[in-house]
Amino acid sequence: MKEKKKDHGNKSRKKGQEKELGYITGGGLRALPHNLAVDIKRNKVLYVILVIILAYFAVFNYAPMVGLLMAFQKYQPVKGLFGSKWIGLTNFEQFFSGPFFLRLLRNTVVIGLLDLAVNFTAPILFALLLNEIRQRHFKKTVQTISYMPYFISSVVAASLIITFTKSGGIISNMLVPFTGGESENLLNGTKYFRAVYILSGTWQGLGYGSIIYLSALSSVDQELYDAARVDGAGYWKQCLHVTIPGISSMIIMMFIMRMGNVFSVGADKILLLYNASNYEVSDVINTYVYRLGLQDKNYGMSTAVGLFNSIIGTVLLFTSNYVLKKTTDTSMF
Amino acid sequence: MKKKISPARLVFLIFDVLIMLFVAFMCFVPVWHLIMSSMSDPTALNAHRGFLFLPAKNIDLTAYKIIMKYKKLWSAYRNTILYILSTCGLTAVLTTLSGYIFSRKRFYFRNAFMMLISFTMLFNGGMIPTYMVIRRVGLLDSPLSMVIPGALTVFNIIIMRTSMENVPSELEDAARIDGASDLKVLFVVILPLCKATFTVIMLFTAVYKWNDYFSGLLYLPTKSEYYPLQMVLRQILITAKIDLTSTSNDVQNAASLYAKEIEYACIVVSTLPILCLYPFVQKYFVTGMTLGAVKS
Repeated sequence: MKEKKKDHGNKSRKKGQEKELGYITGGGLRALPHNLAVDIKRNKVLYVILVIILAYFAVFNYAPMVGLLMAFQKYQPVKGLFGSKWIGLTNFEQFFSGPFFLRLLRNTVVIGLLDLAVNFTAPILFALLLNEIRQRHFKKTVQTISYMPYFISSVVAASLIITFTKSGGIISNMLVPFTGGESENLLNGTKYFRAVYILSGTWQGLGYGSIIYLSALSSVDQELYDAARVDGAGYWKQCLHVTIPGISSMIIMMFIMRMGNVFSVGADKILLLYNASNYEVSDVINTYVYRLGLQDKNYGMSTAVGLFNSIIGTVLLFTSNYVLKKTTDTSMF
Repeated sequence: MKKKISPARLVFLIFDVLIMLFVAFMCFVPVWHLIMSSMSDPTALNAHRGFLFLPAKNIDLTAYKIIMKYKKLWSAYRNTILYILSTCGLTAVLTTLSGYIFSRKRFYFRNAFMMLISFTMLFNGGMIPTYMVIRRVGLLDSPLSMVIPGALTVFNIIIMRTSMENVPSELEDAARIDGASDLKVLFVVILPLCKATFTVIMLFTAVYKWNDYFSGLLYLPTKSEYYPLQMVLRQILITAKIDLTSTSNDVQNAASLYAKEIEYACIVVSTLPILCLYPFVQKYFVTGMTLGAVKS
């Protein structure tokens, strides 16, 4: 209790002054209401601000969580959350037994994992390769240019992708030797959608994703390199035994974060790129949530699907965090 | 640097440089192609295959003249700028205040409240429940829906709080002895010392708002006059074609001939400002990314 008191008041304050301020020193939890009242009186402004902040989170973050109850209802906006009919797990059952469940699950997992495999490793490789170049101006220029696609908005990027990959588009033309004779629309049909989606993601995120590794690389202790060199390590060995261990904790953190996101694969970018001809490979849970909720107005079921998705995402996040904590001793929380 | 380079190292370095050049080329050329195409002659552009490095045939700015008259694009441009300014303003005020409150060690229940709001980082209601709340509080179809939701995030509070905790407490004590109030201490003493974090938060917010189309799609279902720039771009570029019904016939004819150039020109006017700016602020992004990674 004495500790708490110390924290609470000014450190140099004497006992006599404490009384004057109205706080009770002893008394444990019983003194709390009194002390709190005194504190509120003394810091009115701060408590008013606190209320505003808590209200903000209550409305925009916690109220939607209450809204998740819609998942167990046949929700009708006119009747509201408390007037709609409760139907238990029917929404979930309908989703799991519905015609799209397997397709959505497969697409979400495949696109999420491919994205993780390619777009998580590419920035690391890029950072390592760029780090080997000692010419500072060249390095800086390449780095700056590589951020550029990140600043192109997803709408514009999607429109570029569509223009470049439609029949007669630049990328389609370049790929003619591989696609067999004709410049085809790569986004039409199921064949190339995933490749286009993943590689365009690489294009947008490569430079920006490497920022964090490059800054971690620049803080690796130079003496470690000297020591390795004295021990006769070549560049390859230095990279393997100094550079990579130097950024491994960053890599693991980033990996855990990405794992939590595997299931939230971007509704926004897929919504811009997909069309009915490639739903078979492009429709993911999030796009389905959007169509179901905002186009078909099937709010209850859409919420159920979204809830299913975010539960899996959270489970993945915690599992990967736990596994990596056990195996590598690095974790996010 | 008179070290001998082994042949293997030399080969590696050559490949390395080539790969880096390739990456830089791939990042830059599509953008350059876009700019050049937007000022090309339409027939020459149609005949051209591959990337353009110079305008096809000759410089032709008709597309820009046409989009100059496209009011919807410019009002969306204005909307986005207003949204960015107001979101940044709101974010600045709310994040600074919350950062301050949660950095006060003498604040009761500090950790309890922090946990309470940190939880929202791990779990959220999702698209439809959030949409319902926005609708319920009357923000649907209101320009405020582009500003208020998302103005205050836990992530920003955490990096702000950490940065404020690092301000030496002697400075604050000195100001207090001089009789400064909480808010005065915050704005005069603490905030100036957290300028870097503050700038980072502002920049990330601004870029996020600039690129955001999804909240427009969700929260402005019928009020297209409030659309942010990206929503109008989406209409022009992806869902439909440019709508020039209000203009005269020859403009319409020109528009159909220049359809491709017009699309490109829209992209250029909406993207070039940010592409010209980012090299100057990139160091803040580096700081921001690092802060974020360390804090989370």
